[in-house]
Amino acid sequence: MGGRPLFSYYFKLGLRSLSRHRILTALMVLTIGFGVASSMVTYAVYRATARNPIPWKSSQLFVAQVDNWGPNNNETPPGEPAEQLSYIDAMALQRAHWAPRQTALYPLGISVIPDEANRQPEGVNSYAVYADAFAMFDIPFLYGGSWTANDDDGHAAVAVINRDLNDRLFHGENSVGREVNLEGHLYRVVGVIDTWDPQPLFFDVVNTTGFTQPVEVFIPFTHAIDERLTTSGNTNCVKDPGQGWEPWLRSECVWITFWAELPTPAAVTAYRDRLNGYAAEQQRAGRFRWSPNVRLHDVPDWLDYRKVVPQGAKVSLVVSVSFLGVCLVNTIGLLLAKFMRRAREIGVRRALGASRREIYAQFLIEAATVGLTGGMLGLLLTAIGMQGIGMVFSEQIARLAYLDPALMGLTLAVSVVAALLASLYPTWRAAQVQPAWQLKSN
Amino acid sequence: MDIQPIISALRRHKAGTILIVLQIALTLAIVCNALSIIKSNIERMARPTGIVEQNLLTVMNSWVGSTDGDVLAPLIRTDLETLRSLPGVEDATVMNSFPLRGGGWSTGVRLDNTKDHWLFTAGMYASDDHALATLGVHLVAGRNFRPEEIVDGSDFNTLVMPPVAIVTKAMADRLFPDGSALGKTVYLNTGKNAPPTTIIGIVDRLHVAWSSSFADTWAQDSVIVPARLTNRYSDYLIRTRPGMLDRMAKEAPAALVKAHRERVFPPHFGVRTFAQVRQDAYRTDRGMAVIMGVVSLALLLITGAGIVGLTSFWVGQRRAQIGVRRALGATRRDILMYFLTENFLITLAGVGIGIALCGVLNIWMAVNFEVSHVPLAYIGAGIVLLLALGQAATLNPAMRATRVSPVEATRPG
Repeated sequence: MGGRPLFSYYFKLGLRSLSRHRILTALMVLTIGFGVASSMVTYAVYRATARNPIPWKSSQLFVAQVDNWGPNNNETPPGEPAEQLSYIDAMALQRAHWAPRQTALYPLGISVIPDEANRQPEGVNSYAVYADAFAMFDIPFLYGGSWTANDDDGHAAVAVINRDLNDRLFHGENSVGREVNLEGHLYRVVGVIDTWDPQPLFFDVVNTTGFTQPVEVFIPFTHAIDERLTTSGNTNCVKDPGQGWEPWLRSECVWITFWAELPTPAAVTAYRDRLNGYAAEQQRAGRFRWSPNVRLHDVPDWLDYRKVVPQGAKVSLVVSVSFLGVCLVNTIGLLLAKFMRRAREIGVRRALGASRREIYAQFLIEAATVGLTGGMLGLLLTAIGMQGIGMVFSEQIARLAYLDPALMGLTLAVSVVAALLASLYPTWRAAQVQPAWQLKSN
Repeated sequence: MDIQPIISALRRHKAGTILIVLQIALTLAIVCNALSIIKSNIERMARPTGIVEQNLLTVMNSWVGSTDGDVLAPLIRTDLETLRSLPGVEDATVMNSFPLRGGGWSTGVRLDNTKDHWLFTAGMYASDDHALATLGVHLVAGRNFRPEEIVDGSDFNTLVMPPVAIVTKAMADRLFPDGSALGKTVYLNTGKNAPPTTIIGIVDRLHVAWSSSFADTWAQDSVIVPARLTNRYSDYLIRTRPGMLDRMAKEAPAALVKAHRERVFPPHFGVRTFAQVRQDAYRTDRGMAVIMGVVSLALLLITGAGIVGLTSFWVGQRRAQIGVRRALGATRRDILMYFLTENFLITLAGVGIGIALCGVLNIWMAVNFEVSHVPLAYIGAGIVLLLALGQAATLNPAMRATRVSPVEATRPG
């Protein structure tokens, strides 16, 4: 007997046996289907929220933190520096230029004013950054490109807009050199970003949950400060900053995120030393009355530190996987009952010369058939479950969780593997059935 | 009933017994944790906001162009006049945030401004003398703000803390447990030179701006200061006349735009009825509760089905023995009791292990996911539920066993 015909024979036997014990089979298929589907839907959400948005570079991009509040503040967890920087520290790091590329950044709540007088202004998702940001974050351009370091130094009124806004304002034409009205001021468009929507939006998970609409406008940080554009994100103060913009910039309030690109481990070490050196200098100068306390987190660390994956996604994944575990135990019991009911049939087959190996093959294939059928049901239920994600998680997260070929493959694979694992013990028991004894008792 | 024969019978069915015990244990562990999550989510959702949620409209407004307080202050006053003069509007106010909005101000509270450490964190609202009427919040002591007490404050960080404030009863009691908060001084700003603020009014309830578990311990510790914001972002709260909510949801924003064009309402959350605010705030809590409920129900069904399956198998296997027992004088009731007792013992073993597993899972989830501890009553409920489930699942196969005729004793197995 060759492998192939035998396989198809067992497969047919499996199908026949499945249709014979209908209720038992239906129970197993339902168990596997529901168990796998609930795990897959919750896994899809987890996968969407836990993914690395910039895997090729995530270990080279670092957020810098400098403790400017000291150990006895009411705001941060004990021993941890604030998550953002004050303007003083952000500017010191930006000027120091210790990394090949760096950018201070903060979110803006600005609006675009359309040329047509009858159109309402519209708020745009916007950030103030330095020119390095585009190369650092690998932001792709459709037209034009980044502004230059000279524009940063010259506090130039320039803007990079995204493709979507370019479509709305300029009907998709190359708008480089044209002007866009932001908050009543004209900015020259230097570049149009091609579709770019990293999720989570790793460079700002302090002011957002990480799951937001794509960024539509970038303008130079230096220009935003000139325009006194306040952050639309969080500000935290441990001392009253006083009135007005200048005192605000001189205050110890934190509202800026600072990113540095550090391509090698040596560069990371060197940067950390310099950060410590900077903090020590501030201590000597009397600004910090505590020893240096600095941090450098790369992208995955930072997402983890900021707990970007929603608790609900983790809890529901844990509960679903435990649920699948119970389904597995249940399937073991049902398979045991099903196989042992056929002790007589096994005895006959053994007496007619079937080896233990063949019994193993037959029952494992039968279990795999159950698993595959359960997987099909699981696939259907997963597809239905995906529609319900929006009822639990925000729209931004729901749109990231989808049923792709990889997840479909995983659903079927998990179902078959689960059924095979569940059948190991029942199959072993089936193979132990003694041919002679069963025949005698008949 | 003598349980000795049952135990020795179970010894011969080790695998099946262990499987059911394991399944019951896992089910209990998951179900009691799931129930605990459902409970804390429902409690969070049921927390009163302290405001009258019907006929309340929220508009998030952000100004375009100038961020200068001197420019914005008259615009905001005009907006409030515009809103209050709409025929469908009872009252309107401007606030920095509102209950369940998610995102707002929090401030450290101190009774002694020479101490650096805060007593606790409170949610802070800045609004005017129309806040209480618009929100429908009840004063239980003291008085409302007077119009002349309202200051034009730009934003949180540059706001000079006004000399008077209204606090919730929860916050008042936390500061002055003897109930003497009215007229007392608190410090709502940081630093040694923080100006004092006098408590002039106490409201029964007012939820902070955050609805997540992060604010669970201070959800009702709110303070309102008499400041009309003049920064770029502010929220209008509008109390409409009964039955006018939907109309005002369209007309109020249109009237604002007519009064001054250079403004933006964010696309998703710009204009919402408070019912929508509540729905958005608790979407995840409600969804998680539903998921946990469905998973628990599915688990119980599957475990029940598993018990039916294995018990049926055992009944099938033991037809000869049952026949012998019947032939030797055992009644149908004896046979029924035998299987029910057998299941009871198995379930008991399962819940025993399940209690331990439930504890382990709960501690692990509490450490990693900030899930609260499972109340003992829930474990008790889970145990009763599983014992009942086991008995119910055994009933049908056991009834079939009682119908085994004594004649079967004579047939080969």
